[in-house]
Amino acid sequence: MSTSSESGPNSETHSATKPEIIKAVPVRHPGRWVAGAVLLVLVAMAVHTLVFSQTQIPGQRGSRFGWSVVREYLFSSLVVKGAEITLELTVVSMLAGVLLGVLVAVMRLSKSRMISGVAWFYAWIFRGTPVLVQIYFWFFIAALYPHITLGIPFGPSFVTINLNSVLGAFWAATLALSLNEGAYMSEIVRAGIISVDEGQVEAAQSLGMRRGMALRRIVLPQAMRLILPPTGNETISMLKTSSLASVIAVNELTHVANNISAQNYKTIQLLIVASIWYLAMTTVLSIGQYYVERHFARGATRALPPTPLQRLKRNLRYVRPQNHQAAHP
Amino acid sequence: MTTPMVKAEEVYKSFGSLEVLQGINLEVAPGEVTCMIGPSGSGKSTFLRLINHLEKLDAGRLWVDGELVGYREKNHRLYELKDREICAKRSEIAMVFQRFNLFPHLSVLDNVTIGPIKVKRQSANEAKDRAAELLQRVGLSDKIGAYPNQLSGGQQQRVAIARALAMEPKLMLFDEPTSALDPELVGEVLDAMHALADSGMTMVVVTHEMGFAREVGDTVVFMDGGRIVEAGKPRDVLVHPQNERLKNFLSKVL
Repeated sequence: MSTSSESGPNSETHSATKPEIIKAVPVRHPGRWVAGAVLLVLVAMAVHTLVFSQTQIPGQRGSRFGWSVVREYLFSSLVVKGAEITLELTVVSMLAGVLLGVLVAVMRLSKSRMISGVAWFYAWIFRGTPVLVQIYFWFFIAALYPHITLGIPFGPSFVTINLNSVLGAFWAATLALSLNEGAYMSEIVRAGIISVDEGQVEAAQSLGMRRGMALRRIVLPQAMRLILPPTGNETISMLKTSSLASVIAVNELTHVANNISAQNYKTIQLLIVASIWYLAMTTVLSIGQYYVERHFARGATRALPPTPLQRLKRNLRYVRPQNHQAAHP
Repeated sequence: MTTPMVKAEEVYKSFGSLEVLQGINLEVAPGEVTCMIGPSGSGKSTFLRLINHLEKLDAGRLWVDGELVGYREKNHRLYELKDREICAKRSEIAMVFQRFNLFPHLSVLDNVTIGPIKVKRQSANEAKDRAAELLQRVGLSDKIGAYPNQLSGGQQQRVAIARALAMEPKLMLFDEPTSALDPELVGEVLDAMHALADSGMTMVVVTHEMGFAREVGDTVVFMDGGRIVEAGKPRDVLVHPQNERLKNFLSKVL
């Protein structure tokens, strides 16, 4: 046996020399080139009309899209404040929605018909009616219930709350968005919980864990992997749904943009301003989602794939030594 | 006479119209290893699950360490146990599953310590030391930081045994612990169980490993059709079977 091929258990059965590496003529893809060329022309046309074409309004100068106006308003204090309120609406409604969703999902899975029935009814109502209607509803509910009284049912009361003063537009919108989100989240969480293998609960129970603890420590962490991607989806969706709050005059991004354009008639420009903010916020959220999902993937994949940052660093490391070698042949 | 660790008297259990157990009578003495063999569907696993309160029995009486399983008897009436009481009893009985059921989101160490810390309220350090000791005992000291799916089936099952032992149980139940393993991995799990039996642990083992039953079992129980057909010393049951069904069964598995 030759000494050149001692690696590998089957080396005896193979011939001593490795055949030469295959160098074949690759398949040509003319269709791809044609499609690429067509797309390139379309992109060029889009860039041209967006950036370089001039306004058609008589007596005015500047680009057709009025980018100077966009630039002027993008970081104006009103718009920034509007973006802030949009973010607040989203974060508060999402947090409340997730908590509510977990609660309702657990109720749905309860053995008590009464409890699971109530949970089903809640999801039925709030998924079955438009969010816009719900926002109006909670905004005008104070007309039906000007005062809310806390106390013993049908008995004495302790505190009376003036709903008109408490439930302003912002909180009415938050309440509507939270309750609506809770209904959707409950289905997402429920799907996650029932996806966890029954053996996990049995193993937890045989350690003496109670149902609540098994749910918290064993089932939910594993359900998270399934719950998170749609929850990220919901958050991004919520960011945009929150614009519906403009109908009850919550000063969020869309409402602010509408207000400004009602005064200066730069409707498209302010819609672009609002869109840039929405896009920026959804981008940040998507990045956050990526890292949260990675965190909960522990144990589910043998080795976590590197993050884009880690990949970049590694690629840089590859580049450097090659350059080094090239410099000293 | 000492209290038997497990005592079953005319235990019945059915799922819908399917009668899985039809009058089981059995006693397991403390420190004894009882191996339950029999064709699948004969009710072996269901019996184990009854002992651990994972199912409720329909008729008869079942005791673990002298205490009634699932109920409290007062003035000739049975009262169902509360969830809290059942959990307390379960924490004294350990169970090893056919499909391991390790917690995939927790490291090996956390799998072993979560019971002692969360259920028995041990301090984290104490639980960690004990876990390290148990993992060494099953030969997995080097896997302490790994996650379950980075381990082979045999290693996972040994972690499951360590997890069960960490609760310091008075009784251990094994539900076909080697049935989901590749043949070459069966040995390492049986070795760990053998060592456990030698240390005096009371064990009820549902198994298809006749070699293990013969060597380690103090009693071998053959079940078929929801009944115990034959029970006794391993060499009597496995070497000189009396019953035709047992003879038939053994001729197929040996």
